[in-house]
Amino acid sequence: MTTKQPLSHLDWLEAEAIHILREVAGQCANPVLLFSGGKDSLCILRLAEKAFRPGRFPFPLMHIDTGHNYQEVVNFRDQRAAELGERLIVRSVEDSMKRGTVVLKTPDEPRNKHQSVTLLEAIEEFGFDCCIGGARRDEEKARAKERIMSFRDEFGQWDPKNQRPELWNLFNARVHKGENIRAFPISNWTEMDVWQYIEREKLELPSIYFAHQRDIVMRHGAIFPVNVSLPSGEVINQPKAGEEVINMQVRFRTVGDVTCTAPVISDADDVSKIVVETATTTITERGATRLDDQTSDASMEQRKKEGYF
Amino acid sequence: MTTPHNDSLLRFMTCGSVDDGKSTLIGRLLYDTKTILADTLNNIARTSQKRGMEAVDLSLLTDGLQAEREQGITIDVAYRYFSTGTRKYIIADAPGHEQYTRNMVTAASTANLAIILIDARKGVLTQTRRHSYLAHLVGIPHIVVAVNKMDLVNYDQATYEKIKADYIAFATEIGLAQARDIKFLPMSALNGDMLVDRLDNMNWYQGETLLDILEAAPAAHSDQAEPFRFPVQFVCRPHDSANPELHDFRGFMGRVESGSIAVGDDVTVLPNGYQSKVKAIQLGNELLQSAQTEQSITLLLEDEIDTSRGDMIVKTSQAPEAVKQIEAHVCWLSETPLSPARTYIVRHTTRESKAKIGSIHYKVDVNTLEQQATSDLKMNDIARVSFKLAQPLMVDSYDKNRATGAFIVIDESSNNTVGAGMIV
Repeated sequence: MTTKQPLSHLDWLEAEAIHILREVAGQCANPVLLFSGGKDSLCILRLAEKAFRPGRFPFPLMHIDTGHNYQEVVNFRDQRAAELGERLIVRSVEDSMKRGTVVLKTPDEPRNKHQSVTLLEAIEEFGFDCCIGGARRDEEKARAKERIMSFRDEFGQWDPKNQRPELWNLFNARVHKGENIRAFPISNWTEMDVWQYIEREKLELPSIYFAHQRDIVMRHGAIFPVNVSLPSGEVINQPKAGEEVINMQVRFRTVGDVTCTAPVISDADDVSKIVVETATTTITERGATRLDDQTSDASMEQRKKEGYF
Repeated sequence: MTTPHNDSLLRFMTCGSVDDGKSTLIGRLLYDTKTILADTLNNIARTSQKRGMEAVDLSLLTDGLQAEREQGITIDVAYRYFSTGTRKYIIADAPGHEQYTRNMVTAASTANLAIILIDARKGVLTQTRRHSYLAHLVGIPHIVVAVNKMDLVNYDQATYEKIKADYIAFATEIGLAQARDIKFLPMSALNGDMLVDRLDNMNWYQGETLLDILEAAPAAHSDQAEPFRFPVQFVCRPHDSANPELHDFRGFMGRVESGSIAVGDDVTVLPNGYQSKVKAIQLGNELLQSAQTEQSITLLLEDEIDTSRGDMIVKTSQAPEAVKQIEAHVCWLSETPLSPARTYIVRHTTRESKAKIGSIHYKVDVNTLEQQATSDLKMNDIARVSFKLAQPLMVDSYDKNRATGAFIVIDESSNNTVGAGMIV
């Protein structure tokens, strides 16, 4: 018998994620893969290819669209789904607003947290019993305690005090009708792992992940992108009176709602430079770029209890 | 800083309560390996100041959920990550109190190394015994006994040696010392002595630092040659009429839970006992000649065999037993006690079976390790239980094979995971 050669960390993480995806397929009757066009969900698409090809994915893809997404990301989302030949469902927060199920406090309120409502509506519409998402435990402290297969009740609520124990790699995705599992195949990945995997697998990404020139203002100490054209043609994030618009070289570490995702100053214009930048950065991914997580120490925990991914 | 390569990955757990300095230890490891970024550090510096502390309290890094902060306790296992550039680490951070035995078992189930913290002022305590027993029960192969808070005993070598001797005596008594690899070191998590840096306070200790031990620990769960076990998770039949090559494609998808397999090997599919040979091994688009433990692959066989999820592919010469009765150490995880009259579901690898309780032989007092007669099991109890199964399971003893020796118990009415079993 030859000496055992342990898997490299990326091979191990990949094998674990493939195993989780196949458990979802084996245990759940009607799962769906949440796909935004962002880097984490692009990794999951590659993992799903490795898990299920030459067959088709045993689930459709779904995006909960806030209507406030970058054009580049939405285009990329559609292009990638078409290349894979997989079915893409898009459900929009704006439709929930029309139905009256989402009511904004102010017209320019960030819509990220309202995705929960639209997601729950879509789960009900299609009868999904499991949503596969790209959340990682290193992102945020409420996520550090989340299960890989996380149980949500009929209202989509996460109860951090009453989670199913999860031992070995024996996952329990059983639910009653109306209940739901959120499955997170890349729970154990860090931002660095994601970038190293993108580099190794030569994954394509939306262009705004790479350094580009953009109009920004400084708002509440963060870089805030202004005059952003949405897929609808509308231009939002107007600078306020007195704010100085600067054209700067930036990139996004995370892509999300235009109104609450900040870019970082960067000249990293390819993946290998981003890997180096990620190794030397002094700011966490969310700390740098997610303006909606900073309202309170526990804001992610609160949103997850309410049915957020 | 250069880009990390991370040749391997190690999962470990920390056992101890807040008083032992567990949070400080984890905080220190994250801090000294530069995992903590400036904004997080600013946050905890602010909180430390708010709470009237002079120095930055690194234990705040593991501060958990709002619900936990309100109660001032840790309820649940948290997973944390750091990397040294040569290795990626996943820490399972489990609360150490007696009522959280289930969390310790949960954390231990995926760990290959356990750090057992002992307060140098207090020595081997009841909880040290409990943690050690559980680490042993769940089969963690490498144990590191860290005698912490050496700064509070003037870095006294005799204190350290006495605790070490006490621990060895106890570990020998429970069979841990004979079965596992145990290492000792003196430490001050607060000051950082012997974690990442040696510092100058304990020059009498010539052994490895904690990080040296972690870096050198084998990543594989077992260094023994294990038999090949491949539970089928999913069967891929593309039915692609446009592609005649795929017409007869039948791929058995799963993860190699133990051992290795190569093209041409003779295999048997259990429980039916059909025999065939491995025609091809795929990982995505790649064709592999062989595959090993923990790889997720697709197996293609020479013959058309009716196989579905829940079956197990093994090497013909190494077939496990298919049994309808199992005996196991069970940790009860649910607030609802085990009811001997009820039917449960046992999930073992990718297979499920209805199960009835045969008998509960005894339960173990995790503090004294005494066996006691019992007729039911409550949350955090550990007992030896036999089950009768409706379907055969292909099992190995947990001692020999962690993957095919483990199972979970599911309550059919709530769908909750209520028990964790390790087959004797």
